[in-house]
Amino acid sequence: MRYIFSLLLLVSILFCEAKVITLCNQCEIKELKQAIAVSKPFDTLLIKKGIYTCMNETINKPLTVIGENRPALDGQLKDEVLVVMSDHVNIIGIEIRNSKCGSMKDYSGLRVFKSKDVKIEDCVLFNTYFGIYLSDSKHILVKNCKSKGANYGNSDTGNGIHLWKCDSVQIEDCHLEGHRDGIYLEFAKHCFIQNNYCEKNFRYGVHFMFSDNDIYENNTFTNNGTGVAVMYSKGVHMFNNKFQNNWGDASYGLLLKDMSNGIINGNSFENNTIGVTMEGGTNMRFEKNNFTKNGYAMKVMANCRLDTFVRNNFAGNTFDASTNGELKENLFENNYWDKYEGYDLNRDKVGDIPYRPVSLYSVLVEQMPYAVMLMRSFTIDILNRAEKNIPSIVPETFVDDKPLMKMISQK
Amino acid sequence: MLKIAKYVVYDILRSKVLLAYTLFLLLVSLALFSLETDGAKSVVSLLSIVLIIVPLISVVFTTTYFYNAYEFIELLVAQPLGRNTILLGEFLGVAFSMMAAFLIGVGVPMLVYSPNAMGGVLLLSGGGLTLSFISIAFFSSVAMRDKAKGIGMSLLLWFYFAVIYDAIVLGILFSFSDYPLEKAVIALASLNPIDMARIMVLMKLDISALMGFTGAVYKQFFGSSFGLVYTLGIMLVWIILPLAVSVRIFKKKNL
Repeated sequence: MRYIFSLLLLVSILFCEAKVITLCNQCEIKELKQAIAVSKPFDTLLIKKGIYTCMNETINKPLTVIGENRPALDGQLKDEVLVVMSDHVNIIGIEIRNSKCGSMKDYSGLRVFKSKDVKIEDCVLFNTYFGIYLSDSKHILVKNCKSKGANYGNSDTGNGIHLWKCDSVQIEDCHLEGHRDGIYLEFAKHCFIQNNYCEKNFRYGVHFMFSDNDIYENNTFTNNGTGVAVMYSKGVHMFNNKFQNNWGDASYGLLLKDMSNGIINGNSFENNTIGVTMEGGTNMRFEKNNFTKNGYAMKVMANCRLDTFVRNNFAGNTFDASTNGELKENLFENNYWDKYEGYDLNRDKVGDIPYRPVSLYSVLVEQMPYAVMLMRSFTIDILNRAEKNIPSIVPETFVDDKPLMKMISQK
Repeated sequence: MLKIAKYVVYDILRSKVLLAYTLFLLLVSLALFSLETDGAKSVVSLLSIVLIIVPLISVVFTTTYFYNAYEFIELLVAQPLGRNTILLGEFLGVAFSMMAAFLIGVGVPMLVYSPNAMGGVLLLSGGGLTLSFISIAFFSSVAMRDKAKGIGMSLLLWFYFAVIYDAIVLGILFSFSDYPLEKAVIALASLNPIDMARIMVLMKLDISALMGFTGAVYKQFFGSSFGLVYTLGIMLVWIILPLAVSVRIFKKKNL
């Protein structure tokens, strides 16, 4: 039986001969439309260097589109540029530019619709409303792409990579800049987002909505309007990402809202107005993260339950933590806090007295924000110290019973 | 005036107290900078020294010096010299020596370890505080004839500005927290040189925390170049005003 199969396979390989159709400004075939029309499934379209007008062209059969020296497909601001509506499509090494901008329809540079096994590699998107728009698709790979948001007007720009109802999408080594959201996921499951760099996006670097069981790691999110937001999702794991320089009156390194069962491990939060804000988080685990030089390292709202914070470093933050009520059923243990002033008599590297990361002053600022002007005042120091000795206002349960004496090296 | 200032400086240098102060500042700043690997953190620790210790020493030193030099001042008054010349000469002398002590004690380590804008602002605010508290001390020593009373008043003023004032501000904020208080807080901060100095450094130090909702308002105001001019202007007022008042009192005073 096996031999017959192998034989059949061999024969099919011998007879199935994929053609290469070349596209260039001087060739017989000058437009992508023509090329797609004459091609057969599993052919290769080779596009030579040049600029090609391409308005809402649909790839409706399994094709491999390869750009030589990165040719440009230009939508001339009139429509979408390229649409993929077939399985097994590969798009490699092309530039897509000038899609239309509009609020009635989400115009995009490259749209993948109801497709499986699509690969998009080494592409550059430029001046597109949405960059890559994946909807109802499965098993997509987006790798090594670059997208810079259009400048149609103030905040009028779409997302860099937009996922809608997708499954098993892999996004790697992409650079996303100047969009509304760098990467946006809605109803996207089992996605893997790795080694991307999102900067200067108007809203979030990455934005998750209702997207469960995703992993993102080794990404850098810097200078985004309001940081990274992960909302209404289950089982999102974040490993070794960098959240940096998100400054502004509503800026977070990471915003978690109504999340559950996530693991946040090995990330660094640096120079943000708020490192992490968590609202309605259940069963989240923060481990081995570095919080440095943030305004607030974290704001954990009182509706968070069963969360664990272990072996994190908190150093150089103006406030280590803030909350808006009694925090219950959360565990803080074995973290390093640079503001800890306890001692370690038995030399087990764990402080002998508990540390309360919420200071009286941070409670005060939470209640009356104008008090921020009194920061670092001697009077405030005295009040903080008095409160530390006899806690009455700060939440009693927000406490690290086993604070570490030395900073943990996270690698 | 400058001649009087020169004699005052010689006199102060002879007493060694100023030398001790300089050494103290130098040691503290060197210790802070070498113990802490992160430059920003040592600036934070230095900030509390600048905000508390520097005004205290300025006030106490100036007041004691003034009363100790009382006979010299009486002698000068007997000479054909204007009273404001005498007092301003005294002020210049004390101010020069205290500023020198501060700049050597804090400025030199700062230049070596953390020569950046934050350090510069800290020096600026420390210098402003030194001068304004010398001026305040002149006011209380001219106003009070008795030495103990004078020193007491100086200390009280220091305590008021360093501790009590912020507590009052906190109280005001607490009782009026339903009202929009942005402008009021800026006005309140202007009424205290220590608060002004603190805010100046804060703008460089805690920018990320200040970027929060209300902080942004202050950032916009104090962080702008107009804000810097405003803070420096208010500091200047806090140097000139008590001095002017003390000159006025000294002119009419029955010595």
